[in-house]
Amino acid sequence: MTKMTGAEALIKSLEHEGVEVAFGVPGGAILPAYDPILDSPIRHVLARHEQGAGHMAEGYAHATGRVGVVIATSGPGATNIMTPLQDALMDSVPIVAITGQVSLSSMGNDAFQEAPTSGMAMHCTKHTFLVTDANEICEAVHQAFHLASTGRKGPVLIDIPKDLLATEVEWHEPAPVDLPGYKPSRGGHKRQIDRAIDLIMKARRPVLYVGGGIIAADASDQLLQFAEETNTPVTTTLMARGAFPDTHRLALGMPGMHGTYTAVTAMQRADLLVALGTRFDDRVTGDPATFAPNAKVIHVDIDPAEIGKVRNPEVPIVGDVGIILGQLGSELARRLTDGTLPDRSTWLETIAGWQAQHPLGYEQEPSGPVKAQYVVEQLLNATDGDAIVVSGVGQHQMWASQFWSFSKPRTWINSGGLGTMGFAVPAAIGAKVAVPDELVIAIDGDGSFQMTFQEMVTAAAEQVPIKVVLINNGGYGMVKQWQTLFYDRRYSAVELSLDVPNFPALAESCGWVGLAAETPDEIGPAIRKMLSVDDRPVLLEVRTDPEEMVFPMVPAGGSCDDIALGPEDL
Amino acid sequence: MHHTLSVTVQDKPGVLARVASMCSLRGFNIRSLAVGPIHHAGLSKITLVVDDVEVEQVTKQLHKLVNILKVSELDPNESLEREVMLVRVSADPGTRREVRDTAEVFGATTIDVGANSVTFELCDHPQRLTDFLSLVAHYGVLDLVKSGRIAMARDGKAKTRSTAGEQ
Repeated sequence: MTKMTGAEALIKSLEHEGVEVAFGVPGGAILPAYDPILDSPIRHVLARHEQGAGHMAEGYAHATGRVGVVIATSGPGATNIMTPLQDALMDSVPIVAITGQVSLSSMGNDAFQEAPTSGMAMHCTKHTFLVTDANEICEAVHQAFHLASTGRKGPVLIDIPKDLLATEVEWHEPAPVDLPGYKPSRGGHKRQIDRAIDLIMKARRPVLYVGGGIIAADASDQLLQFAEETNTPVTTTLMARGAFPDTHRLALGMPGMHGTYTAVTAMQRADLLVALGTRFDDRVTGDPATFAPNAKVIHVDIDPAEIGKVRNPEVPIVGDVGIILGQLGSELARRLTDGTLPDRSTWLETIAGWQAQHPLGYEQEPSGPVKAQYVVEQLLNATDGDAIVVSGVGQHQMWASQFWSFSKPRTWINSGGLGTMGFAVPAAIGAKVAVPDELVIAIDGDGSFQMTFQEMVTAAAEQVPIKVVLINNGGYGMVKQWQTLFYDRRYSAVELSLDVPNFPALAESCGWVGLAAETPDEIGPAIRKMLSVDDRPVLLEVRTDPEEMVFPMVPAGGSCDDIALGPEDL
Repeated sequence: MHHTLSVTVQDKPGVLARVASMCSLRGFNIRSLAVGPIHHAGLSKITLVVDDVEVEQVTKQLHKLVNILKVSELDPNESLEREVMLVRVSADPGTRREVRDTAEVFGATTIDVGANSVTFELCDHPQRLTDFLSLVAHYGVLDLVKSGRIAMARDGKAKTRSTAGEQ
């Protein structure tokens, strides 16, 4: 037993969990915790805003699957991390947030920098701890990491009053986690596995509808094997890009509002959807009443509450999707000893026909304005796709998802559920800190970028050489697109300046290399120049066509049957 | 139509707030909520009555709260339900006798008598409380308070929804 302060116990507990990096911003109530950080092997990355620190922790977690850590002070520090917490909750990202709180004796008295942190975070985390006894710090940290990284992963917050950080405690190995109310399922129920295979053995037009759960469960290999064994086409949602190789003959691309014609139509015509680690989000289903109307559904998810929330499945299977794919594979193999799968060649030919007829497309005129899609393709060519792509939220996010070709998991990092503009730059920093040997490129938009661009300073100061390709179309392009299509071109509050800020100069002033390209023929050389810099962060601003819109498009709440390939279809 | 859920929880700060706010944020209307400690140290039981909603979704979302150990839906025909009511009825010396006669039929206890009122305590099935109230209503109800419903399954009749959602 060693005596130490609560703050020292906190940092030692983080070390005990294997934490190598924490992202944070200090302040009054968390001050005691910042002293032992000086003596800890944990690297502290000093962000310029707590929201940035939170997204960095998310980027770290996305890139590695390990728990990201964010530290903030009480009051405004804590309120500033609510956005990343909700973002992590929606996208099931494992992070642990540690916030200082005013002293126990001051709590509830509207003390300086007091906010009801655990009460607020209760709604946007998987669980919260408000520590009221310094001797509970070790257990709280241990339980928080367990909760964040098991079951359906997600954010957990620990709020610690300042006086407890200064209280003397006895360091002890945390007791093994004993949470009687928390027992996530692992394997699937045998009877449901059998029923699922019954349906798969009969289906003539099946589709594997794959979500971010496959990546969270590190189950891409099992998915590939199962897709090939059952000869079933695969659509990967925005959160699952990279879970299945886009170049595979069974890959349909992304479904949903801006998905491929083939992915959307295949689900509408399917007689069986095998939903794996996905939640029938409204951006995928459109109007749920008309979504995949002829399909029976097998729904595999680790969160029982997702099953039947939007769509009642014929076969519910609760558990770890990787284990369940193994169970399904074993049962399938057993059945195939004296049976055969239906011939799916007609279905696959129909799908190939849609792919040939309605590929994703855009028109880049040699001397016309640069299309963002062209920039994404040029970037893909220049890197051979060997990069981690991080995006903000908006049109550029959809184009990046559509036109990048993903070949492996954890190479696509974005804010899917919450749609948090400003996600890209800090999340890219977090990812690059996690995997410094990988090329990390943020594809961001000018609107999204301006919500968190102070973190450029963090990247320079902490020597995190990320790349940012800034798609500058001079405004909130996605909002503008909706005003074009649904508000009779009455543009309200969507125009941003193309020239202010001067992005390359801004980047240079933050210690970055700033580059710019304006014409199609400048793009390739500018990208190569960007890629040649590896000792500093680089920003490449590309001015793109402000009139370009994202298609295909299923209007919000509309039926996936009415997918529009261009504005003329709406 | 409504559903009665019996929810076993750990006695942790904020557990009631978690239950109440989850219901509110997901649009589940709470009709009645009563909570108290049980015979196991550190545990409490919440009896939660919710309007006719997707009760399976309520159950599953409750299960997601880490401090919740067990959620059972109670079938009204197979469970014991009780509610406590204090009701002050207007009664002058001329009507006091008949008001108290009515109360006696229901087994309500007189716990206070004023110049122009009588206050009764009745602990019974919620329907009996409603019946009693309707009989004394025309004398004039001056004040009324109810405890919220508590309930348990009859011996051997608990209907428990599984966490896994695999019925």
